[in-house]
Amino acid sequence: MFLAAEGTGEVVLKSGWFLEHAYIIPVIPAIAFVLIMLFGKKLGWVVGHGSYFGIASMAASFVLSAGCVIQWIQRVNSATSGEGESALGRTISAVGRSLVPMAEGGETKAYISPVIKTFAWWQSGGTTFGIGSHADGLAIMLIFVVTLISTLVQIYSLEYVRGDRRFTHFFGALTLFSAGMLAMVLAENTIQLILGWEIMGLCSFMLIGHWWEERANSEAALKAFWTVRVGDIGLLVGVTMMYFGAKSFSIDAINEWALTNPTGTRVVFWTAMALLAAVIGKSGQFPLHTWLPDAMAGPTPVSSLLHSSTMVVAGVFLVARLYPVFWVGFSIADGGINPLVLIGGITILISGLLALVQVDIKKVLAYSTVGQLGYMIMGLGAGAWTPAVFHIFTHAFFKACLFLGAGSISHSASHHSFDMKKDMGGLWRKMPWTFATFLISTIALIGLPPFAGFFSKDEIIDNAGHNGYQAFMVIGLIGAFLTAAYMSRTMYLTFFGTARGASAGLHADPHDAHGAAPTMEPIEEYEADDAAHGHAHDTHGAHGGHDAHAGPHESPWLIVGPLVVLAFGAVFAGYLNAAPFGEKWLRFEKWAEPSAVGKTFPELSHAEFLWSKASISIGIVLAAVVIGLGLSKMVYERKFLFGLTRRNPVAGFVYRFLWNKYYLDWLYEKVIARGVAYPIARAAYWINQNVLDGVVNGAGKFSVGSGRWVYKWIDQRGVDGIVNGSGMTAKGAGSALRGTESGRIQQYASLLFGATAVAAIALVLYVQAK
Amino acid sequence: MLINEFLLLGAALFCIGVYGVLARRNGVMVLMSIELILNSVNINLLAFNLKHGGDVIGNVFALYVIAVAAAEVGVGLAIVLLIYRNRRSIALDELSQMKG
Amino acid sequence: MTHLTDQNWLLTAGIFIPLAGAVVMMFIPGVEEQLHKTIALVASVLTLGVGVWTTAAYKYGQEPGTLQFYVNTSWIPVIKSRYILGMDGVGLPLYLLSMAIVVLVIIYSWNHIPAPGNPKAFLALILLLEVGMNGTFVAQDLILFFVFFEIVLLPMYFMIGVWGGENRQYASLKFFLFTLFGSAFMLLGFLGLFFKTGATTFGIQELASAVQTIGISKSTQTLIFAGMFLGFAIKVPMFPFHTWLPDAHTQAPTQGSVLLAAILLKLGTFGFIRIGIPILPLGAKAWAPVIAILAVIGIIYGALGCLAQTDMKRLIAFSSVAHMGYVMLGISTLTSFGLNAAMFGMVAHGLITGMLFFVAGSVKERYHTLEIKRLSGMLKQMPHLGWIMGFCAMASLGLPGLAGFWGEFPAILSAYQPAEGLSLALFRTCMVIAAVGTVLAAGYLLWLYQRTAFGEPSAEFAGATAGHDAHGGHDAHGDHGVAVVGDHDDHGSDIHDVELPEWLAWTPLLIGIVVLGVWPHVMFKVLDPAVGFALQGVKAIGG
Repeated sequence: MFLAAEGTGEVVLKSGWFLEHAYIIPVIPAIAFVLIMLFGKKLGWVVGHGSYFGIASMAASFVLSAGCVIQWIQRVNSATSGEGESALGRTISAVGRSLVPMAEGGETKAYISPVIKTFAWWQSGGTTFGIGSHADGLAIMLIFVVTLISTLVQIYSLEYVRGDRRFTHFFGALTLFSAGMLAMVLAENTIQLILGWEIMGLCSFMLIGHWWEERANSEAALKAFWTVRVGDIGLLVGVTMMYFGAKSFSIDAINEWALTNPTGTRVVFWTAMALLAAVIGKSGQFPLHTWLPDAMAGPTPVSSLLHSSTMVVAGVFLVARLYPVFWVGFSIADGGINPLVLIGGITILISGLLALVQVDIKKVLAYSTVGQLGYMIMGLGAGAWTPAVFHIFTHAFFKACLFLGAGSISHSASHHSFDMKKDMGGLWRKMPWTFATFLISTIALIGLPPFAGFFSKDEIIDNAGHNGYQAFMVIGLIGAFLTAAYMSRTMYLTFFGTARGASAGLHADPHDAHGAAPTMEPIEEYEADDAAHGHAHDTHGAHGGHDAHAGPHESPWLIVGPLVVLAFGAVFAGYLNAAPFGEKWLRFEKWAEPSAVGKTFPELSHAEFLWSKASISIGIVLAAVVIGLGLSKMVYERKFLFGLTRRNPVAGFVYRFLWNKYYLDWLYEKVIARGVAYPIARAAYWINQNVLDGVVNGAGKFSVGSGRWVYKWIDQRGVDGIVNGSGMTAKGAGSALRGTESGRIQQYASLLFGATAVAAIALVLYVQAK
Repeated sequence: MLINEFLLLGAALFCIGVYGVLARRNGVMVLMSIELILNSVNINLLAFNLKHGGDVIGNVFALYVIAVAAAEVGVGLAIVLLIYRNRRSIALDELSQMKG
Repeated sequence: MTHLTDQNWLLTAGIFIPLAGAVVMMFIPGVEEQLHKTIALVASVLTLGVGVWTTAAYKYGQEPGTLQFYVNTSWIPVIKSRYILGMDGVGLPLYLLSMAIVVLVIIYSWNHIPAPGNPKAFLALILLLEVGMNGTFVAQDLILFFVFFEIVLLPMYFMIGVWGGENRQYASLKFFLFTLFGSAFMLLGFLGLFFKTGATTFGIQELASAVQTIGISKSTQTLIFAGMFLGFAIKVPMFPFHTWLPDAHTQAPTQGSVLLAAILLKLGTFGFIRIGIPILPLGAKAWAPVIAILAVIGIIYGALGCLAQTDMKRLIAFSSVAHMGYVMLGISTLTSFGLNAAMFGMVAHGLITGMLFFVAGSVKERYHTLEIKRLSGMLKQMPHLGWIMGFCAMASLGLPGLAGFWGEFPAILSAYQPAEGLSLALFRTCMVIAAVGTVLAAGYLLWLYQRTAFGEPSAEFAGATAGHDAHGGHDAHGDHGVAVVGDHDDHGSDIHDVELPEWLAWTPLLIGIVVLGVWPHVMFKVLDPAVGFALQGVKAIGG
């Protein structure tokens, strides 16, 4: 496949301090976490109750990441610049098979090796486990995103959770999360990957359940942890299979093994299936997506950082990282259909429909996240590696911005409520900055040019069609329509129309949002029994430092600042890989896409950008926006079609079906979880107590019983019978000896011993006499 | 040959055991004393085995006694437990049902 | 093989210093409670000092199978049993763990002598227990091993029977008889081995080489292994011999539970690695599939048992069944990877579950109940205790970065590729089932944590919170804005946060959990060569 001109040693790829020492990046927040937990409370306001440690560590990591980005770009350039060309250790000519080769025309692309650092961690049974860093385009891109957004979210949180009763722990967990995520992204081997992966899971648990006094929050935290853990079975199994396949934990070695595939495709397929389970769990894909909307019970900065822009992309990252495993295992190159693309496609559709019926703004965004992750998975499944990874990049900006915007609204306008129908509306005038950033991010999300989402999402859809996944291209377009429709509805309900509830300055009972049960009175359209679907209120237990609410107003700069930075990203991030403007603009592809084709990365094909194709999707999105806004206005303002779901049984059924989230939660919680926790566990325990223990106790009872039987029948009736019989004759003599029969064992014993002693003495005398 | 020392040890243990059986009121203590007696027998067995050429028979006997002793303790404890259940006490001097 | 005999008095000292302590305590009247505690503490700390010295003097990089601090003198020449002690990589971690746990338990006992009191007897029994535990880990003679193995029984029997809960008589007798039953078969196995090989001593290494040179047939080995299996499996305990464990744990006093979980359970698994596998490779191989199946049954079954519990302590006890399942799965693979994982798992389980039992004991002391239903909001009433419990739960469910993971995941990993000649299909199925077990572990532990620690304190105990900062120096986490309910007099001040003796006893365990999690190499580097040696026999017979 490649014309290998082996000549190690002559590779003059640029490296640098930042790339060589990338492993420091996760270490900084890890140390900061320890500092926060140890000294955050003790030092008090001097260190912002620990928050300054967190922010400083994230800023430092960000600086290092930025250094890495610069040096990585230099490294790529050093390989592809004119003088680098001759000095290449390995040139790879991509001669296409049936597919159009990358970088049109079979031009050569240099092999840019990742910068790998490994330290021996431990040894067992002849295997050395390393820990270190594996810096390449993908990892560097993601650490840049993670450190940037972590920094912004922590700054935002300074204001947002000010005065919270567990302020210090909040920052501790956020910082630990960043450490885990960075460690996972930079993972040199699969063990380190699991390490980071699980630490993120733990932090997710801690942060979702941050306000654990309320049952709903702790339930959501547990659900998130369990659901992800179900997927993690696959991760453990997959890592095991890869280890024994590739005889190594190293990412590079595994990728090489999968591509060269010496053990047969079947093993690779099952490995990919196992890993897919982990991806589904972590990245909230169908059918394990149900934890992600519930995870919105956590504070909004958490939703923004963990459950939209960074942690949940870990699954996508896993696929991108071990892409050859999936590429070979699922024969992605063949087109048609495969598990990855199927899961992505289903997820896009179901999440889009669910988002349409939500009344909680964070849940809309959560389903939207599920859907966008679906796009990434679908893209990866359809061989569109670069667009999918690019979508991770752009999505992080606008989705984080949307969540922080929602938080800003709840913080300053809707009195900690996220209910769009009840407590929002008409806010655009009151919160201009929040509105502007939210609007920009929304447009970026629905994929209209010239904002970021267009350049990534449209490329995914385009490439899916290009690589022989036409059906999924259609699904992608439908998804785009749904996205645009529900986001228009959300925009309308939040910022336009008339102000309602808290946004109108009404809060009759100012403390109802702090109550244990969310006070959600069913509005016309939904059934009363839906009260179980509690809406997440950011209930700061004791937020003393909060200023009294004087109606809706713009948030302070600590909140607006991060919004603006992210909105900036939502506008411009797309230009890093702006396909419409020609090949020169495909910088992201050049920097991030591994060029080790045939060695540790499959050969990919890229669709050519055509405005004719793009205009279809733009048209669909625009139509959806018009329909979405129009319908929203009619339904919510003019009361047109109002109450349709109650009048029309079909519409009502569809609505109920969606409102109940396809009854998946019911299946998981009521049927599976309860089935295991109650009947099955009880049955097992019953067996334990009655069967196994029964054997033990039975044996004991049998021994005692047989003892009794022997005593009663043989000893008492048989032996004693004889004794009694003879005793009768001896009765006379016996009565004389009665005094000795005191019934006291010890007296008997002393008689026995005495008699024995006498006999012994007699014996000794007898022997001696002889 | 250390035969005498062994026998003396055995005799001492035996005497302690006998003392325990006769003097202690506590049923468990009596059981433990019986253990002592059995073990003194074991020591004697081993000692004589050593004297008579050191073949394995004596050892086997001793091990046999150990096994029997284990069983005996088990049964004994069970009995003591039953007594305790019935009488809320394991003081042996209060037991006089066998009085004829 | 040349064994190192430098400083070989160390092991004897490590075993018998506690005994000396116990003997000294015998001569002091029971009313001098403080004195008894001091003596017990001094004896155990001295022992630990010897243990640390041993560790410091331990020489790495020796030829596999080399025993260090080797003692070999005559003991009972009549039955050809010798007093052979020797330290290797398999024994060292557990030996040290046992010494450390005893010190911590005695510190904890400083103000936690369970009813009906009598610290003299209680502490003396703990010291006596230590004699047996320490001895088991360094004995290199089968009879000596057996003696130490059995010494352990009696103190534990009395600890449960005297200082236990309501149903203590039943539990202690069950424990005693169950284990004794197994030991009888184990002894039979030992004797069978001795007579079959015609060996001149009961020395473990000599027997191992004798078995190889004589070439005892597979069927005989299988039979002998069966006897040992019964003895060890009951002690572990493996499904279906585990039923004594929940009862014993539930009824035992806190200290008893901790010692039982942390050390006593390991005697069984340790026996497999020290005796079963090296001496009888063919037998081990024949039994490996059975062990693997029982191990995964134990994993799932223990987890299900946990989910059905209503009592916190009983739940933790059942979780031991599941965790020891992972250990046994690692052992059953007969690979050095699996055995390493098993050894690591033992130590990790000792630290984590020991810690969980400590926590359960403290909860019981404060709330006078362990009914999960009645507990709630512990994090609010006792933030430190709540956090510690959360930490232990996370460690127990196998979070990477904490000790539990390095026992669990490598065990699963090793099951993918067991030793040559073992059924791949079977072991891979076991691997997947064991992986499912990790989810169930997360299930019951977090469920327990949610119900006891999260939420608001239940009304029943809400008024009983005393001042959080009863002991200066540690400020309570996360109680800003929590109204401190209840006045500060004696009235209802049972529920208080972690006290000084508890901190002293727990901190080393917590640190140990983190250190082993972050730097597992400290243990693997000790284990690896020794485990490799234990498997030489298995490797020699090949497929």
